[in-house]
Parts: sequence; C-alpha cells; structure tokens
Amino acid sequence: MTYHAPANVEEAISLLGSQDNAWPVAGGTDLLVQMRSGRIKPGAIVDIKQIARTMGTSAKDGGFVIGAATPCTALLKDDALCKAWPGLVEAANLIGSVQVRNRATIGGNLCNASPAADSVPALIAADARCVIAGPQGEREIAAAELPAGPGRTNLGKGEFLVEIVLPPREAMSSDAYLRSIPRTEMDIAVVGAGVSLSRDKDGVCTQARVALGAVAPTALLVADAGEALVGSQLDDSALAKMEEAVKAACSPIDDKRGTIDYRIAMAAVYTKRAAKIAYDRAGEGA
Amino acid sequence: MSTVHIHTTVNGDPVDFLSEPHTSLLNVLRDKLDLTGSKEGCGSGDCGACSVMLDGELVCSCLVLAPEAEGRRIETIEGMAQEGQLHPLQQKFLDLGALQCGFCTPGFLVAAKALLERNPDPTEEETRYWLAGNLCRCTGYDKIIRAVMDTAAEMRQERVSA
Amino acid sequence: MSGVLEKQELKIVGTRPVRPDGADKVTGKAVYGGDYHLPGMLWGAVLRSPHAHAKIISIDTRKAAALSGVKAVATHSDFRESDDSDEINAGETMIDIDAAAQMCLAKDKVFYDGQPVAAVAATSAEIAAAALDLIDVQYEVLPHVIEIEDAMREDAPVLHDDMFTQGMPETPKTASNVSMRLEKITGDADAALDDADVVVTRRYTTQMVHQGYIEPQSCVASVSADGQAQIWCSSQGAFMVRSVAAAITGMNLSDLRVVPLEIGGGFGGKTTIYLEPVALVLSRKSGRPVKLALSRDEVFRSTGPGPGTIMELSLGATKDGILTAAVMDLKYQVGAFAGSGCGAGVMHALGCYRIENTRVTGCDVVSNMPSTNAYRAPSAPQAEFAVECAMDEIAEQLGMDPIELREKNGVKPGDPSFSGAPLGQVAFMETLAAAKSHPHYSAPLGPNQGRGIAAGWWVNHGGESTVMVSINEDGSAVVATGNPDIGGSRASMAMMAAEVLQIPMQKVRPIVADTASIGYSMLTGGSRTTFATGRAVCEASAEVVEILKSRAAMMWGVEPDQVEWHDGEARCTAPGSDEAPLGIKQIASQTAKTGGPINAEIVVNPHDALPTYGVHICDVELDRETGHVSVVRYTAVQDVGRAIHPSYVEGQAQGGAVQGIGWALNEAYVFDANGRMDNSGFLDYRMPVASDLPMIDTLLVEVPHPTHPFGVKGVGEVPIVPPLAAVTNAVSHAAGMRFFDLPLTPDRVYAAINSQS
Repeated sequence: MTYHAPANVEEAISLLGSQDNAWPVAGGTDLLVQMRSGRIKPGAIVDIKQIARTMGTSAKDGGFVIGAATPCTALLKDDALCKAWPGLVEAANLIGSVQVRNRATIGGNLCNASPAADSVPALIAADARCVIAGPQGEREIAAAELPAGPGRTNLGKGEFLVEIVLPPREAMSSDAYLRSIPRTEMDIAVVGAGVSLSRDKDGVCTQARVALGAVAPTALLVADAGEALVGSQLDDSALAKMEEAVKAACSPIDDKRGTIDYRIAMAAVYTKRAAKIAYDRAGEGA
Repeated sequence: MSTVHIHTTVNGDPVDFLSEPHTSLLNVLRDKLDLTGSKEGCGSGDCGACSVMLDGELVCSCLVLAPEAEGRRIETIEGMAQEGQLHPLQQKFLDLGALQCGFCTPGFLVAAKALLERNPDPTEEETRYWLAGNLCRCTGYDKIIRAVMDTAAEMRQERVSA
Repeated sequence: MSGVLEKQELKIVGTRPVRPDGADKVTGKAVYGGDYHLPGMLWGAVLRSPHAHAKIISIDTRKAAALSGVKAVATHSDFRESDDSDEINAGETMIDIDAAAQMCLAKDKVFYDGQPVAAVAATSAEIAAAALDLIDVQYEVLPHVIEIEDAMREDAPVLHDDMFTQGMPETPKTASNVSMRLEKITGDADAALDDADVVVTRRYTTQMVHQGYIEPQSCVASVSADGQAQIWCSSQGAFMVRSVAAAITGMNLSDLRVVPLEIGGGFGGKTTIYLEPVALVLSRKSGRPVKLALSRDEVFRSTGPGPGTIMELSLGATKDGILTAAVMDLKYQVGAFAGSGCGAGVMHALGCYRIENTRVTGCDVVSNMPSTNAYRAPSAPQAEFAVECAMDEIAEQLGMDPIELREKNGVKPGDPSFSGAPLGQVAFMETLAAAKSHPHYSAPLGPNQGRGIAAGWWVNHGGESTVMVSINEDGSAVVATGNPDIGGSRASMAMMAAEVLQIPMQKVRPIVADTASIGYSMLTGGSRTTFATGRAVCEASAEVVEILKSRAAMMWGVEPDQVEWHDGEARCTAPGSDEAPLGIKQIASQTAKTGGPINAEIVVNPHDALPTYGVHICDVELDRETGHVSVVRYTAVQDVGRAIHPSYVEGQAQGGAVQGIGWALNEAYVFDANGRMDNSGFLDYRMPVASDLPMIDTLLVEVPHPTHPFGVKGVGEVPIVPPLAAVTNAVSHAAGMRFFDLPLTPDRVYAAINSQS
C-alpha cells in the first residue's frame, strides 16, 4: 500500500484515477477500522487533508461551505454555522468520542455510506449539496444522492467529495438531530432523525424537511413527514400525521442493534422530539 | 510495500522513523519508538487507551496512519510529567486511587488533560461525556471523575492565587 | 499467632497512602503483557476457525512455512499427547488440560467461531498475517447449536461424542450436550411450597457476558536450546500459567519460569491461558523468542466469557414473610467445553437466606460458543439475580419493605452454611441495617423513577500462598509474593507489613515475584489475595520482628524476651538496663555480626475465609416512550471485614457494581445465523461508558474477620452480585411491571411495556 497526501484537487483526482484500488481518506476513523479488520485492503491511500479546500468552514452566498475533511469538532468553532445549523453540528458531534470527532469528518461520514451515519439525516434535512471533483471536472449533487446503499456511493472512479454546501437560511429557521442509542455515547444510531424547518412569527411552520437514518439502506428524506408539519404550529394532530408518514417510510432490518418494530417506533418518537426542538430553536430569534 | 521516512516531534523531541504506510501511529509509538505507555485495548477507536495529542488535538493513535504524523507534534503519556514532576492530574489519580489495574490510566490522563486545557471548570456531566471515549472496566469511573474534577478545582485555585 | 499481631491500635491499616506501583502506572512506565519485547523476537499470529462447528479434515501449512520470513508453524500435533484426566486447580475453576490445549490449538474438531487452528511465527507481524492466508484448512462443516434449550433437544448436534452427563444416578449411555447435573435438597420443598401463603414462580434468563478487561492477553515466550524456557505475560497467576503451559507442551515445571508482568484487568478471565503454550511451541521450533498478542476481536471470540442462563424458581413464604420453600432449576450455557458452570450457582443461589425446604438443581450445557471461564463471583450473579428478583415480588405481595423481608430471613453467625457447617462471623444483618439507614434508601424519587434493592453474597476463598519478607541493610523491607496485583494488592501487602514491622509504608517495597523466585502461590482470584496472602505477609513480618528482637538481644547481651518492639525499634526491658533503643536500621546494618540476613518465608493455606455480603440500592429513570433506562443514583453497601486501603476497597465495590449494571442493561454476546459472534468489539459489546453512570456511593461495613490478623474478608467479587437484580427491580418499579430477562436493552423494555398496554 502507498500513501499520498496531494496538495490540490487535481493531484488527488490524478492519484485516485491512476493508483490501483485507491481510497480517499479524510479522518480515517472508519477506513482504518475496516483496513484492520481486513474488510478493505487499499492499494493506495489518498489523504485529502492537505488540500486547502477540504479543510475548514466558511460563509458563502448566504450559506456555508464545509470542507469535506473538516473534523467534526472544528464545526463547533464556527459560531455562525452553529447558530444557523445547530442540529447538523450536533449530529456531527455525536459520532464516536471526542478522540474520534477530532479526526472524523461529515464528508467521511457521508462517503462511508453507513445507513446509520449520524450526520447524514441532518445533512439531508438541511438540503445540503455535495461538490464532487473528478476526472470530468466538478459536479454537484444532493447529499441524499451520494450514498447508494450500505457501504456504496454514487462516486465514480477518480471522484471524491470536496465540499459540502449548506443553503442560505431564512429567518426563524432551525434544525435538530436526535438518535436512539442504548448507551449515552459511543454507539451507532439504532435510529437517527433530522428535522430542519422554518416558521413565521405566528409560530406556523412554513417549511419542513424530515430525514431518517438506520431505517432503510440509505438515509431517507421523508417528504410527506415534512409536509405534515407545514401550516401547523406542531400541534398534536400535525405531529401524529408526521409520525404516521415517518413510520410508513421506514423499511428497517432486524440486527444486533435493534429490531424492525423498535426502529419504526423510535423513528416516530425521535422525529417528533427533534421537530419540537427545531421548532423551539426557530422561534428563539422571534 | 513501500517504507516511508517520517519526521515528527514526540514530547518535544525531534523523531525520525521508517514505517510501512498502513502502520498506525500507535504501533509506531509502541513498536518503533518504545513508547509503550499508550495502550492498545481495541485498535478501533472504541476504548481510548491509545489517546495521544496530535498538534494539540486529542486523538486515538490507533486511528492515525504513521505517514500522517509527518511534520506533526505528538504528545504522549510519557511526556506528561515534566522533569520528574508529576502533572497535577497524575498526582490526583494516585491520591484518590483513581486507578486499579492502570491499563486505561494513560489514556484517561491524556484525555483529561486535554479537557482541562479547554475547559478549566467542567461540570460532572461535561467530564463524563468528554471521557466517554475512554473505557475503564475496574473503577466504575467514580474515582476517575472525582480526580479530574478535584484537579480542575485545585488548578483553578492555583491560577487565582498565582 | 505472634503477639505482634494482637496489637489493636492501627497506624497504617485503614489509611489511604499512594500505592507503591502507582507512579509507573500514571506515567506509562508500567510494563504490561503487550509491552514486553526481546531482541530477535518473532511475531506470532493465530489462524482461527470461521465455523461454529466443523470437523478438521486437513491442515496444510507447507506454503506458509515456505514464505520468506516465517520461522515456525504450529498445530495441535506439536503439543504433547495429554492424558484426558489431567486437571489443574485454578482456584474457582478446574482447568482440564485436554480442553485447554484445544482452546490454544484445535485438535480434530472446532467447536466455536474463532477457535485457534494453526499458528505461525515470523520476522514481522505483517509476514505472520500473510502466512496465515497461506494455510489451507479443509473443514467438514457440521450443524451448530447456540441456545441452551436447542442444545438440550434430543436431535441437537452433539459437540463431544464422549460427553456423558456426570452427576446422574446412572451415567447415560448416549452422549449429549449436558456435561453435568447437580442437585441439593433440604427438607421437603414441594410440600412446603403447597403450604406457603405466597408463592412466586418465575423463569429468568441471562446472556453470555465478557469480563471486558481492557488489556488483551499477550505474552512472550523464549525456549533455550537446552529446553529451559521463560514466559513473560500478564495473568492472574504465574504459577497457573506455568502449570497449564507445561502440561500442554510436556515440560517439567522446573524448566519453565514464568515472569508476571503488570495485568490490565482480569476479573477471572485471566485464570487460564490461550497463548502461552502456542508461543512456547513456536519458540521451541524457531529457536527465537516469540510474541503473541490477541486483538480485541480475538478476545471476544476466543477467550472464556461468563455463561448465560435459564433459571426457573418457585419461592414460597408465610404471610409474615418467613421464607419456607424454594425450588430452583439452573441451566448454564457453558460454551464449547465443560466450563464455568452451575456448581457455584447451586451453592450461592439461596445462600443469603435461611430456608428450611429447598431443592436446587443445576446443569451445564455445552454449545458452539467460546468456552466459559470465571467471571467475578463466577456463576453467582445469575442465580442470585433470580432469587433477588423473586424476593422483591414476595415483598411487594406481602406489602413488606424489601430490606425487612431480607432481615427476617437473612443468615446470621451460626446458621448452617451450604455444607452444613455453621457460618462464622458473617455480617449480612449489619449490611442490611446499614443499607436501610442509608439516606439513599429513604430519598424521594422523581417522576418515572423507580428504586430497586438487592442483596448478594460470595463465599470467598483462602488457598495456598507463599510470602518472603526480607530486611535490607538499611532497615527497609522487601515483601515478595506470588500473587499478581490486579487492583492494588501491593498497596495492601505493604501496608500490612509496615503495620506489623511498625515502620513507614514507604520503607516497604512489595514485589510480585516470578515462579522461580518464590514458592507456589495459588492465583489471584476468589477474593483470596488480601485475605490469604495478606495473612502470610503478616505472619512473615511478625517472624521478622522476632528475629529483629533476638538480634537486638544479642547486641545487648540480654534474653530475647527482654526485648520489646515499638515504633520500628527494639527496646530493652532487662532490669536496670539503660540501653538506648536499637532502630531497625541499626540492627539491620549489623547482621554480619549477629547471624546473617534477616528474612522470613511463610507459607499458608487457610480454609477459614468468611463469606461477605453486599446490599445495593439503585434508582433508575425510565423513558417510557423509548424504553431507555438511566441509572440516576446508586449505592453499594458492603461487608468488608476490615478495609486495609479503603480507596481500593471502595474501588472494588464501584467497579463490581458497574460491571453488574452493564450486565443488567446492555451487555450480551450476539451470534449470527452461522453461529459467529456478531458483536466482537467494544462498539457493539456495550460496556458502560462514563456518561452512562452516576457516582457510585459506597458504604463499607466493617465487622472484622475474627481470626485474620487485621480482620480481612474478601471483597472483590461480592459487588458484581447484587446489581443485576437491583437494576431489574428498579426498572420493574419504574415501569409498573416485572422484568425477567437480561439485558434490559431499550428495545426489550419498550416491547415489554407496549405488550402490556
């Protein structure tokens, strides 16, 4: 195996395209574990952390750009980002431990394509876009489109994720992410629920996006769950309608981390709780 | 396999080593540099026994590739006591019996020091969540949490009186 | 017992000095199993079975052996042919050498996923790993079985064709997966149950759990050309390592020296070995030192966890709360070989209480899982979990305070023990009373909270120990024992020696000696070390004091009985004497003139260990919408005899309680459809993390052991017994319904709450 730390995007594309079985690595917290267990045997590691564009957060066009290799804990240092997208920053900072989050990145979390990745429902709820660089130049896709299935992505040969773009935030908008885990830390989500919404000054929800993790082969946007909240003040009947939409969207599996029934039930519970938090946060600026 | 030559700083000293690129920083510390204070409890970032500081950030050295250490500053448990003088956390762990077998202790100390550098007055909850990436099977965490919080209080006191 | 030991005013015992091995442990200097290296050392690696149950048709290691850098390859055929009846006493368990050898390298069958099949030693870990890929093992995969009840079915795949259930009136003619049955009867339990005013009949289950020590097993072995060998490793007993490794590899004990390194947790799991015989064989064949270390995945898949259980219990009482009858059946899931099973479960199940009519039956069931080993109070937590949950129901049905119910029935000194002999100075009553009056017990509960209490006991062991106490020329002392220090025993040894010698603890250097440097000592386990080895330390120190007195007498020209020992110095009591006292240093510096070095070796084998008792109080908060349980307050009250170093006694109570909380809430082995362990890492084998827990309050109840020099009783194992039921009872009260199956994971609790409503 060889190790490369290209200094720019072009070099990275070239390495990823030319090296046999090349893997891009950002934080490495998933890749190294899979290498050690023998599940992945890379021929080359292309460390993208030396590429300036992949590191750090910045405001852009009213929204934010997050470099794909930015460690989760670095997000906490961007006050404007935390204020606009508290749920996304929280989601990224639920992954593993402090030690892990000082390395792990939301770019890697997305590209690792685990259905249970914590930051992904929050990214989908945020309607985040992914800037992908490759031999054919750069392209942009929705965060929800990047994972193709457990452990698989829609990235082509030689492509890698460079940036994540968060859209401009309307006033009185916020988000939240919650997950079900058996312990309090260090677990993989049994269910993850991300909600991003906007409200008006009367407390009426004007827009909402609901996304779920660990209930399908990839994290899901549940459009009708979001729609169930629009026009309401998150009263019980709107929440009940949202919960029904959430349950209907779930197609989870039974595994060591949870049962089908439990996952479906918890998807509804945690979405409801996340929606209330997002709604309260959105109202805090009023 | 291609060996790479790495230049780094470990506990303030310049260090050169040769390594296979897939080798973890933990294995380099333990097997090449004879710094066996960082322990391997899992090799997957789940136990924190291999915690070190990398350019001032707390990380699991089992989740860092050796070549990533190039040009970086690494601090390990071996560098925590200065000139034979124990760090207040080390002394407090001894005073309160916050270790039993001692295997997880280096990782806890490195992680706790990182916490206090960032937050000199952590609540019990903050301390517990910060240290959630460090597993201890002997103590039930009680005396460890007390030791970290007591140390924090004493260090705050010293800053006030200094 | 020497007069020195009758001294009652204690200066050191009961204080909290810094432990002698502490500085190295907080600076990273302490050398654990995996930290040891030798020049020219090879790296070993072990090929493991991917099948839960299979016949080995062939093992072809030729390609691996031919790989450049590979220096040796080993399979079971490199072990000596062992005699099936060879057993070695490892304290709480017996080690069957034939089975132990197969857990190091499989013979003709594999019985669990992860069982070692072949091993290599090479010049690097990478080459060793590559060599494993070149070993060709042909298997005939057999049907496997995991669960107890499946393994007991008539059509179940039988693991061992020579396993005929032991303990039956007549040994069966056909082989089965039930390795043994056990029965203990007093009175007429069935009739008494019929007559009882209140009867609780329940079925309880627990899952296989791991000790979860953070240090994976690791060793270095080096065999010399003349056949002499050394092993450096961490274990709970270097003498155990020597016995087992020598038996498997066919060595004389005198040719094998085992050097104990620091041990990173054991909890019973390091009372047997998995690597050392393999490393010996590889070293013998290569002529070089060989290191073998387990990964965490290998620890879970191939070392000995604690057994799962199915337990049925009927417990009967009068309306006044007097227990009158118990019928109990215990089935232990012991894994691939007859392991750590129902014996101690049958013994401990009802041992907290006086019950006239009892029938307890137990059986050990093998299945295609790692072979179980001791785990802290082995087999007791499961059985006592069942009893303590049923006790809670009896108390509830009678409208009686649960501690009062236990006080009415709890054992007292003089009550018959399991063997029938009267109990000694047990302190269950004092422990219950302390729990009852603890502020926690009467503190108000918040919404969705519940409180549970449970008791537990452990028999505790004595056993053989050797201790050497030597006085250095400057008056300082060395205390050598043969017991690895898991959690602070060097501190307690040094404190006891210093107390007897009446010198500062800092002048006493305790060491854990290797197998060639001290006489035999049984391993560290069974809560025996501070009790048994500690007694030897006291006696050896007392003997040294007698020698010091006689040397002072010689220096003064008086009779030894005209010398008294106070504050670390000899004082002359001869009539009319005006001699200045002789300090230990003055005496020690003159030994060349007074008869040579001053030291004493003492061997002990005490059988008078006393059982100890714990009562735990647990408050939980239940999230009814999710089934998630949080422990919000926890108090462990424990009978400890006398705490030599209270911090480390509290630490035992806290650590044991938290292991029990993990067992109750989240820990369990999970197997996939092919019988492979599906959660062999700390991510999914969910031990408690710091944020899962509150502070663990402790209350030490000191009722000294009457015949131990300092009143010590074993303390390490009891605290894992009560938490299973304390947590479960708390959850039951918070939920308003009973729970019987561990672990109480959120999905299980949620399902139970919702199936009820």
